[in-house]
Amino acid sequence: MTTNDPGLYIHVPFCRGKCPYCDFYSFRADAVFKARYTETIIKNIIKEQTQKGLTFRTVYFGGGTPSQLGAQNLCRVLDAISKRPDAEVTVECNPSDLCEEWSQAELNALVSHGANRISMGMQSVVEQERKALGRRAGEQQVRQAVAMVKAAGVTDFSLDVMLGIPFQTPATVRQSVAFCAESGATHLSAYLLKIEQGTPFEKVEKTLNLPDEDACCELYLTACEEAEQNGFYQYEISNFAKPGHASRHNLIYWNDEEYIGIGPAAHSFYGGKRYYNTADAEHPQTVEDGEGGGFEEYAMLRLRLTEGLTERGTKERFGFALPAALRTAAKPFAERGLLVCDESGVRLNPKGFLVSNAIIAALLADAED
Amino acid sequence: MSIPKENIRNFCIIAHIDHGKSTLADRLLELTDSVAKRDMTAQLLDDMELERERGITIKAHAVKLDYHAQDGQDYVFNLIDTPGHVDFNYEVSRSLAACEGALLIVDASQGVEAQTLANTYLALDHDLELVPVINKIDLPAAEPDRAAAEVEDVIGLDCSDAPRVSAKTGLNVEQVLERIVRDIPAPKADENLPLRALIFDSIYDSYRGVIVYVRVMDGRIKAGDTMRMMATGAQFTVVEVGYMRATSLEPAAELTAGEVGYITASIKTVGDARVGDTVTTAENPASEALPGYRKVNPMVFCGIYPADGADYESLREALAKLQLNDASLSFEPETSGALGFGFRCGFLGLLHLEIIQERLEREYDLDLVTTVPSVVYKIKLTDGSIVEIDNPTNYPDPATIASCEEPMTNAHIYAPSDYVGAIMDLCQERRGVFKDMSYITTDRVDIHYELPLNEIIYDFFDSLKSRTRGYASFDYELSEYQPSKLVKLDVLLNGEMIDALSFIIHADKAYGRARKIAEKLKDNIPRQMFEIPIQLAVGGKVIARETVKAMRKDVLAKCYGGDITRKKKLLEKQKEGKKRMRQFGTVEVPQEAFMAVLKLDDDK
Repeated sequence: MTTNDPGLYIHVPFCRGKCPYCDFYSFRADAVFKARYTETIIKNIIKEQTQKGLTFRTVYFGGGTPSQLGAQNLCRVLDAISKRPDAEVTVECNPSDLCEEWSQAELNALVSHGANRISMGMQSVVEQERKALGRRAGEQQVRQAVAMVKAAGVTDFSLDVMLGIPFQTPATVRQSVAFCAESGATHLSAYLLKIEQGTPFEKVEKTLNLPDEDACCELYLTACEEAEQNGFYQYEISNFAKPGHASRHNLIYWNDEEYIGIGPAAHSFYGGKRYYNTADAEHPQTVEDGEGGGFEEYAMLRLRLTEGLTERGTKERFGFALPAALRTAAKPFAERGLLVCDESGVRLNPKGFLVSNAIIAALLADAED
Repeated sequence: MSIPKENIRNFCIIAHIDHGKSTLADRLLELTDSVAKRDMTAQLLDDMELERERGITIKAHAVKLDYHAQDGQDYVFNLIDTPGHVDFNYEVSRSLAACEGALLIVDASQGVEAQTLANTYLALDHDLELVPVINKIDLPAAEPDRAAAEVEDVIGLDCSDAPRVSAKTGLNVEQVLERIVRDIPAPKADENLPLRALIFDSIYDSYRGVIVYVRVMDGRIKAGDTMRMMATGAQFTVVEVGYMRATSLEPAAELTAGEVGYITASIKTVGDARVGDTVTTAENPASEALPGYRKVNPMVFCGIYPADGADYESLREALAKLQLNDASLSFEPETSGALGFGFRCGFLGLLHLEIIQERLEREYDLDLVTTVPSVVYKIKLTDGSIVEIDNPTNYPDPATIASCEEPMTNAHIYAPSDYVGAIMDLCQERRGVFKDMSYITTDRVDIHYELPLNEIIYDFFDSLKSRTRGYASFDYELSEYQPSKLVKLDVLLNGEMIDALSFIIHADKAYGRARKIAEKLKDNIPRQMFEIPIQLAVGGKVIARETVKAMRKDVLAKCYGGDITRKKKLLEKQKEGKKRMRQFGTVEVPQEAFMAVLKLDDDK
């Protein structure tokens, strides 16, 4: 048992309805299908952990909507997982599911089977914005779901806020962030809405009255600022946490560490190889996806963290110092106040995060030559 | 069986673009059984892919046809196809000089057009017998009587018994053959004089070297003779002579006065067999060359650069190959701070430029960036010397310039009289000086303007077409240099001059164009990490300015289920994108931005 124990991601591809902005793999399913799906997952988890001799450091049920699998199925899966006693075990839950379909007892059972972290998609606390996103729950339901989570004894829970959505203003962003703080959440994710190909939003993009580029940037910077003021420190482009409550599972991704993905459309990184399952719930195929863990990949991921790409971390992992070309390439961005480049490493700030794709490409393009 | 001189007919076909010249040529080939039906592809004479696509003839071609006439005798027809565009006027004139007559094709639905007239005048200059042919009588819009009347009125050619044909369907085309026999004179030729053969075309063949197409005026030539080019002085031993058949070359024992044929002599480049030159023999040289030879000089210049610097050598090879077949194309290496290594290329005109550019891209699969085309300016310096400038980069310091001159053209535009206003507006915008206007018929006019060549090379055709809904036709000839108020317009991005975007322009037009370029650049340069000022300047003075705002958002917010590959792919794409950008100091400019500036007037 070492700090190198991998994380476990379990994909639950079920949703009660499809959100108009979402391009993730999910669909409606009946109880029989869900039970069969649970069996398959359990079989695969056991196979993975036996074959590879694994004990997981973190467990994350993502989706889709894991709460759609139901408490009983989730508990059975949890029982099958070989995990460290201190493992972080997160289950994504839809607030409406908790209020309308789950009993308090069921949630309590989930916790007693090992879940110790709940992540809920709130997106916005403002009614008009929630409606524009096609979310079912109202503010009241979110409050109720939070109450259930607390009553189940979960102290570690996260709320999602979406940025750059119709009708949003800096004032309403502050409102949503403040709501998270008041609710007692220890973690906050704030994602900029991206119009994905093939989604209903893509077809009607022009009519959505989305905030323009400059407005989106203001919304993002407002969210970062308001989160900070409410005691959530930013640790990644879209993630904020009370001290000590950063998601350990998410950090596995950003630290370029290993994880096993179970279920359709889940990705894995193990033994230096990346691979994924196809988006097919009944017969997912495993597809190789190349090598992982090289310096470029590591740098790309680490630069998403506020901690940045450090000399120490690079030295420990690769045995060399940050390439001089990368530091040279960082200079013009430092001059424009988008990142800090000092003896300890290179790290972006919120303004830099907004253009992080371009910065990372520039830093790594020049580092390669 | 040899055909007597009296039964030879050397002729060409002249017509405005699209009036059916090549289609008629095809029918003549068919009717004389020169080509098996199954070998016919539409427009056999236009054998370059590009020619067929554009429906124009770029290079002249010739073919020998056998015709058994109604009078029971056998005739030899030498049909010389001519390029149909003003850029190639000199080549046209040499083709005409090889003939005794010409078929003048007029589209029954369109009547006399600019090039009909321009080519008619050229043909008359060469004392050719003209046979009018009214074509496309199958079209619903055909008005053969009106077209015939126009030919009679405008050209003064009797059309009372002009064949009225449809080259497309073949209707009445046999009448044309009989008219050739009847109306076009046989060549006057003396086989006993020293050889004089006019080169009217030459093509490069990778096996035989240059194949020289000639019309023998006097004397005779056969394999083994030592041929001498009278203008260039080059000498070669003749390997083979013969006739051009529709689908192959047919070797012959000799070519004699009055005949049209080919000569091969292991000639390495078409530059050694220039169109218009006279071939004689070293053994028995003629004392005087045939009249009319001149070396054609490029009129329009531009820089051609490979989009990817690694393609420089391929570009050089491609240009060299094209030049083998096209002596009027010139190129020399050039270096641009903005575009790297490329070539300064000279062309006969804008169409010639476009054709070469397209052939480079299509046949040689090159991705190119071209600079704004320029004409040749004559600039008198304060020290009294005169420099000729075809490249804005070499434009002298304004303080040392005493005066400038630019080349002018005599331009004729033929159009329905409804469009006179629109055409005059356009010519006025293009700094034209109105000369005169005459009515060809009651509702068609010939508008004569003096226009600066540098105004014509910027999309003049396109503007004319769009303003007259395609009804106007246009032709021009170079006239003389005239004093002009010229300035060099520079583009600065983030304070740095982009040499490849500089050009020379009339002072009065600098402001308008500068504003347009600034706007175009603003629209085409993607937002970058910092604000980019775009400035357009004349002699250090900024006359237009725009700003590309700094990019603010470019972020992949969410990572789904540990899908790192998606991010890696995005990173690769962005890095690749950076490579397609041209780096100017700290500014990255995509090629599309260059293109947009060069095609400035496309979407006004």
